[in-house]
Amino acid sequence: MSLELLGITVLWIFLFGYVIVASIDFGAGFFSMYSDISGRKDMIHTIIQRYLSPVWEITNVFLVFFFVGIVGFFPKTAFYYGTALLIPGSISIILLAIRGSYYAFGTYGMKNNRILTFLYGMTGVFIPASLSTVLIISEGGFISVKGKHVKLHLLELLTSPFAWSVVLLAIVSVLFISASFLTWYSSKANDYKAGALLRKYTLAWSLPSVLSALVVVLSMKTHNPEHFENMIQYSWMLILSILFFFIAVFFFYRKKHYGAAFLSVVLQYALAFFAYGTSHYPYLLYPYLTVQAGFTNETMAKSLVIVFILGLLLLVPSFLLVLKLFVFDKNYIQGK
Amino acid sequence: MFENNMAMYSRYLTELTLAFHIIFATIGVGVPLMIALAHWIGLRKKDPHFLLLARRWSRGFVITVAVGVVTGTAIGLQLSLLWPNFMELAGQVIALPLFMETFAFFFEAIFLGIYLYTWNRFKNPYYHFGLLIPVIIGSSMSAVFITIVNAFMNAPQGFELKNGVITNIQPLVAMFNPATPTKVAHVLSSAYMTSAFVLASIAAFHLLKGSKHVYHKKAFHLTMIAALIFSVTTALVGDLSGKYLGKYQPEKLAAAEWHFETDDKAPLVLFGVLNEEQEVKNALKIPYALSILVGAKPSAEVIGLNEYPEDERPPLYVHYLFDLMVTIGIFLAGLAFLYAALIQWKQKFAYNKWFLRLSVISGGLALIAIEIGWIFAEVGRQPWILRGYMKTIEGATTSAHVDILLAAFGFLYAALGAGSIIILRKMFKTNTAEAELKELGL
Repeated sequence: MSLELLGITVLWIFLFGYVIVASIDFGAGFFSMYSDISGRKDMIHTIIQRYLSPVWEITNVFLVFFFVGIVGFFPKTAFYYGTALLIPGSISIILLAIRGSYYAFGTYGMKNNRILTFLYGMTGVFIPASLSTVLIISEGGFISVKGKHVKLHLLELLTSPFAWSVVLLAIVSVLFISASFLTWYSSKANDYKAGALLRKYTLAWSLPSVLSALVVVLSMKTHNPEHFENMIQYSWMLILSILFFFIAVFFFYRKKHYGAAFLSVVLQYALAFFAYGTSHYPYLLYPYLTVQAGFTNETMAKSLVIVFILGLLLLVPSFLLVLKLFVFDKNYIQGK
Repeated sequence: MFENNMAMYSRYLTELTLAFHIIFATIGVGVPLMIALAHWIGLRKKDPHFLLLARRWSRGFVITVAVGVVTGTAIGLQLSLLWPNFMELAGQVIALPLFMETFAFFFEAIFLGIYLYTWNRFKNPYYHFGLLIPVIIGSSMSAVFITIVNAFMNAPQGFELKNGVITNIQPLVAMFNPATPTKVAHVLSSAYMTSAFVLASIAAFHLLKGSKHVYHKKAFHLTMIAALIFSVTTALVGDLSGKYLGKYQPEKLAAAEWHFETDDKAPLVLFGVLNEEQEVKNALKIPYALSILVGAKPSAEVIGLNEYPEDERPPLYVHYLFDLMVTIGIFLAGLAFLYAALIQWKQKFAYNKWFLRLSVISGGLALIAIEIGWIFAEVGRQPWILRGYMKTIEGATTSAHVDILLAAFGFLYAALGAGSIIILRKMFKTNTAEAELKELGL
């Protein structure tokens, strides 16, 4: 495997990691707010807080890791995306800041502040929407490049059906992934009331998630036919993805094997995500920037890979410790 | 003109974000060490006061960490958003420490989460204490790596630039540039020092309010002694930083000292003002001191600002910043030294009202010195973003709307700042140390 392919693969895997952990986080915020408004706050709020409080910072690091990594491996992305994404990127930063401070402010001192809960819940929907702009403009058609000038056509972006279908997919997926994880988590906590409610959310968001994915694929056919054609070649992955979706829904519907069900959801998204990513190759930004053209020099790439391996040796055991203490520890989950 | 405007707003926005971030970043680097000290003493001496101290500090620390994380994420993204041309160039040479910084940050985030949510979960309390070690390593190492990136901007090396094309890249040479040792040491020691003074301020505040509880006295003692050690270290490293500047970045030191003509036996200029003919008025001049600072002997030659073309000189107001930073540093070191002396020989004066009042403001002063020191370091390398290679204007974004974002982020930071103050006050006012001690049966 060439170094640049290795680089983008590693980054893509990390981005997927962020998609899953962040989805759980964003969706949880939305459900927390929704249950507050509908007067069922106590049912699921505790369980959500118990999982999220120790891990929200880690979630955030996944994102930082991705954007530092991509600038490191592909410095030209800083030029193209950095210039084009000034507005959408800044909006994401502000939303992330509101969200991050909620954990601190909301957990201490301002526990039942309605405004904070509302902001927290709404960012859970708006952040995935604003972050998905990166994927949208990577398809091309929304920016123009003239020499050293990169311009984002904001109006075209805001009026594009393709863009909105991606946003819709992002939001719906967040809610589906999050609900399925939390259903499993509350079943481990023997919190049947929360589990029952979250299971309902899971099933409610399951169909829209698949339908919106379909809409995205179809609208890609008109927006970026080249990518669409490539994607057809990987349709076996998409079919497998749908299969896992059905397994997950089946388990949730029959109220059993929640752990396997959540795993199926992860596999469903993993397959779709990698089918999308692989067919996007070799473009980082269609049609201006390819993986090869944007790649950093070889010396830097090699040292980055070495650091990456060393870093993982440090991170993986630490991460397993977190899972052991906060996700797989029955006593902790049950609040004992 | 239009582009230059956006470069200007990009500078303001970066300044604003960094100025806000470093308050929390400094606390984020130093406070874990202080928590570990208190926690360790508490365990060793089986002293519940110190254990409670560690616990209360870490509770407050959560708030500052949260704001530090979100503003750190902001500056991380803003680097690419506001300075795309710079990041494209620097990314090829300096991505390594940036990447390592995220690993350190990752490491810290994981173990901080565990430490905060596992009080009383381990049978052996030393396991819980052990979780702090990766937190300290993570927070200090992320400071080290990010400072290396900044050092590179001051003393770029490890690559060749020919007609806009970068070749012959050596990542390690870029990382270990001449600015790295002094910068890293100064950032770390001043962060530890500032955090010690900030925590000392809190203890002094309670003592000043009339609480005679031994809990606050212990807190005051621990923080002041730590502050003394770290302020001496900071001063020593500061001296080395001066020597570095004299040798590698003479224009920054010359601007800080209003040293125009290259000269040996150069005096150190303290305070004073500069009139329109660029003459120094009302200044206190210490003969030979600048030469001694730079070259360790009175006859050492110090390069003057006139050696540099006018468009490559930093603004002259950095002199005031430099003086203020050094003055505050010396004052704080003196204060900590005075405490150590008083507690040794004249204990009752250590809790004298005036002494406590000065101690209360010490944390704020230390934070001000951090801000001023960074502004001096950053403005002092203007007009370069990458000294000798890229001017700041060339690195900035060509997008419009930076001015609107400046306003938006201004509001955001104001809200975050106000929120932090309100929450921190509320957390500790409703649940005082005395009340908590009573609850523990002490």
